[in-house]
Amino acid sequence: MSADPIIAEAEANAPKIAVEMTGVNKWYGDFHVLRDVNLTVERGERLVICGPSGSGKSTLIRCINRLEEHQKGRIVVDGIELTDDLKRIDEVRREVGMCFQHFNLFPHLTILENCTLAPMWVRKMPKKEAEDLAMHFLEKVKIPHQAHKYPGQLSGGQQQRVAIARALCMRPRIMLFDEPTSALDPEMVKEVLDTMVSLAQDGMTMLCVTHEMGFARQVANRVIFMDAGQIIEMNEPNAFFSNPQHERTKLFLSQILH
Amino acid sequence: MSDTTAPLTAPRVSPAQAYVSTTLREQEPAPVATRGPVLWVRRHLVGSVPQVLLTLFGIWLVYVTVPPLIKFFLIDAVWTGTNREACLPEKVGREVGACWPFVWAKLDQLIYGFYPASERWRVNVVYALGAILLLPLLIQQLPGKRLNAILFFGVYPVVAFVLLTGGNLEMQRFLIGSFSGSDLFAGAGTVQGMRVSFWIDFVVSTALVTAIAYLVSRIVAGPEAAPAAAKTTLSAFVLLGLVIFAMDIDVGLPQVETRLWGGLLVTLVIAVTGITVSLPFGILLALGRRSKLPLVKALSIIFIEFWRGVPLITVLFFATYMLPLFLPGRLTIDGLLRALVGVALFASAYMAEVVRGGLQAIPKGQYEGAMAVGLPSSLMLRLVVLPQALKLVIPGIVNNFIGLFKDTTLVLIVSIFDLLGSMRAAFTDPNWASPTTLFTGFGFAGIIYFVFCFGMSRYSMALEKRLDRAQRH
Repeated sequence: MSADPIIAEAEANAPKIAVEMTGVNKWYGDFHVLRDVNLTVERGERLVICGPSGSGKSTLIRCINRLEEHQKGRIVVDGIELTDDLKRIDEVRREVGMCFQHFNLFPHLTILENCTLAPMWVRKMPKKEAEDLAMHFLEKVKIPHQAHKYPGQLSGGQQQRVAIARALCMRPRIMLFDEPTSALDPEMVKEVLDTMVSLAQDGMTMLCVTHEMGFARQVANRVIFMDAGQIIEMNEPNAFFSNPQHERTKLFLSQILH
Repeated sequence: MSDTTAPLTAPRVSPAQAYVSTTLREQEPAPVATRGPVLWVRRHLVGSVPQVLLTLFGIWLVYVTVPPLIKFFLIDAVWTGTNREACLPEKVGREVGACWPFVWAKLDQLIYGFYPASERWRVNVVYALGAILLLPLLIQQLPGKRLNAILFFGVYPVVAFVLLTGGNLEMQRFLIGSFSGSDLFAGAGTVQGMRVSFWIDFVVSTALVTAIAYLVSRIVAGPEAAPAAAKTTLSAFVLLGLVIFAMDIDVGLPQVETRLWGGLLVTLVIAVTGITVSLPFGILLALGRRSKLPLVKALSIIFIEFWRGVPLITVLFFATYMLPLFLPGRLTIDGLLRALVGVALFASAYMAEVVRGGLQAIPKGQYEGAMAVGLPSSLMLRLVVLPQALKLVIPGIVNNFIGLFKDTTLVLIVSIFDLLGSMRAAFTDPNWASPTTLFTGFGFAGIIYFVFCFGMSRYSMALEKRLDRAQRH
């Protein structure tokens, strides 16, 4: 399959370093969720982040588009440092797409309107152009014929693929996935993973929180294991799965790989 | 893992029990016994002893209420006549029900109040324009909603104001005049009923405020934001100027003071103003109450709780009789306007709480979804949160509208005669004093209120259904 020209173009113009986190700390009240996280993601890299629940992996990627704010340290996304400056936050969010566990599609809008909303209102794209772009990505995720239905009429797997298309319509340079397959019926997991694999083949920079280890082996450049708010182990997938170093990682892998 | 646990000894399926489906069964129609009128009656009317009792009670209730009403309002009713004689049982020689000629005789008073007879065409034009602009707005299939909405919410109120009052406001001072407390540009004369001094004041004020907006935004938000701020300010002032101009110019219509207004006219003016002001205000207040800015939040809460805490009658009474005591001597505000402001603020506070209920029902994921695609918070509210929140609370919103429509009758206590007030005034006419005049009058008023309220109710139900169809889950 040839690379998607729109994604390739967005990636080609991106800075060499996609995300840079240095000494990032975050607290929820007194609870220390992220402890001194250092992470550099290069353009085109595909990261899989795993770990037990409550380990801070979701929080980590939600800090990248500022759905959560960090209290200490530095996060630079696509050359823009995240601070309290709302303008910069909006700028970062325009360049970073995200998919959620529960899709978070807008139920009052059709699939097509879900996809064209942000391009039209944020990028000021004319309606026709936005619809063409939306159809391009809906075809990419293989549901163009559902464009005029509402999210509630689609299956979970279809909704998640629409959510991916919606994010792509903003032509992001980085895509974040927060457990995209956890809320899906087993039969629908594959269709979403296939979409993500094809996105990886297009050269998209991706950070995925997921427990789909097959996916990690297939597309990830690096796998990160987190526990108690820290990055405990980071390695390329083969070494990570065949030869985990840390005791906690070994225990975790023994429990999810049966 | 398997090496650490004992092998499981699950009972094996014997070859005889194993089963593989070879055919797919066809869909069959449901059995007849699940439908049909007889079954419906058995299920819904006489299914059990309590159901039988409830059915009997219902039939009895209909029997004791409906026939007497029909008898009074239709069968025994008097339909024609010129005075009370037509409705007196001893003159007619039979039992007399509703005295409809009374309503016909007083109809003008009920619709226009004491609005001068020669000027009533103006009220009719306002009614007709309102209907012509409102109906296409309510019917979804018709195009041009945007223009229609601008005409109805922007242009129509001004036109209605000029038509109903006669316009020609005699504006004297704008910002500079008001703040300096003197007529700086006095003596410039009048053109077409407009004081030139006011308009000089307006132009100078506009220029000044625009310049201030430019400078402040340049300092606060940087030089690239300044022209936009100045442009917004200028266009707001130009719009305001157009509205004032339309209200200030002498269009040649005789002035009709609001104390001459009455009947349905007053009811509709108060209800429509209250409804159209309370929804946007209520939304702003609800958003304010959920704001992260402590000052905005506190002010919204104080406003809402204050207006919800005092009865409407108190508000109206205060606005009419107490407010003039506090205002400086020269400043007088029209009586109807005071009541309008009171009703609108009162309704806004109620509306705010209804809308807040809707906002709270929107899951966090919707906000996150909107933020993640890069929508700034204003667009997020407008495009994602509010459409869903308002849809959820349509029943509550319309409930408020209906309550407001009926609450307008309370203006009677500050001597404004709405539909019901005009009706009560009509009762005092000795020409129409008969045993059934009172019942006929209240019955008629009830029908009018019912038509409006039931209309709103049905429309909201249709709206809900339509929105539901669009996004069934």
